[in-house]
Amino acid sequence: MISENNVLAPHKWVATYADYLYMYAIVRINDEDLAKDLVQETFLAALERVDRFEGRSTERTWLTAILKNKIIDVYRKKSSGLAVAAANKATQEQDEFFDEGNGHWKSEYAPQPIAGMDEQDPLLQKELNKILQLCLQKLPALWNAVFTMKHVDDAATEHICTELHVTQANFWVIIHRAKVNLRACLQKNWN
Amino acid sequence: MSYLKKIIYNCKQATFLIEKKQLKRLSFREEIELRIHLAGCGMCVLYNKQSHIINTMVQQLFHDSLRSELKLDENFKAELQAKIEEGLGNN
Repeated sequence: MISENNVLAPHKWVATYADYLYMYAIVRINDEDLAKDLVQETFLAALERVDRFEGRSTERTWLTAILKNKIIDVYRKKSSGLAVAAANKATQEQDEFFDEGNGHWKSEYAPQPIAGMDEQDPLLQKELNKILQLCLQKLPALWNAVFTMKHVDDAATEHICTELHVTQANFWVIIHRAKVNLRACLQKNWN
Repeated sequence: MSYLKKIIYNCKQATFLIEKKQLKRLSFREEIELRIHLAGCGMCVLYNKQSHIINTMVQQLFHDSLRSELKLDENFKAELQAKIEEGLGNN
């Protein structure tokens, strides 16, 4: 059965979805002008394939899927040619945290309790969220892309590897290093 | 260094497995190695706990920001809708 949601209504697109798509893009690429461009490109691309819409998803899901692909293009451009360099950098930076010989935590990077993480205090959590946002932005573009696609968008590992041109081995290295870095960044800027 | 000692000392490998485990089933051997390590390493136990919390925080952060106040300005929207109407007219 085709519900009303599964019919396209381009006359209402901007009013209904522009803000949603804009926010969707901005949290992933963190650049207002670029996010605006992507929203525009999404609608124009959607317009060109209106006749290919089969009504299997809602209008919003369909538009979001188009935007997602555009965001991946941005990720790819940002990290193109840098993929190998970023993975190498990951290896080096990791050695900062762990002893090169036996892999034990170096004492200055050893995990310590981060107050606010387990507490329910909304103010503390708000502060911690701000720091988390800054820490995410500090990650190299490729790591951020891999991390976001996996943990927020729940994309399949194979899909991420294909889209961003990373090997499976590099994927796991990046997932690991992104998190070790994020955690260390939170600890450093919180305590 | 004995095999067992290597597992006990190697926090780099243990944190790698902690991350992998959140996304994928570990092999039997990996699972055992991680358990042995965590049984003796309070730092990695803490890392494990914090790592899970960070995932939740990041997801929450992205989720909440979709409901944020930041909106596109109306001029931009009007121009955009005009472009769409123009595109529709050409079809």
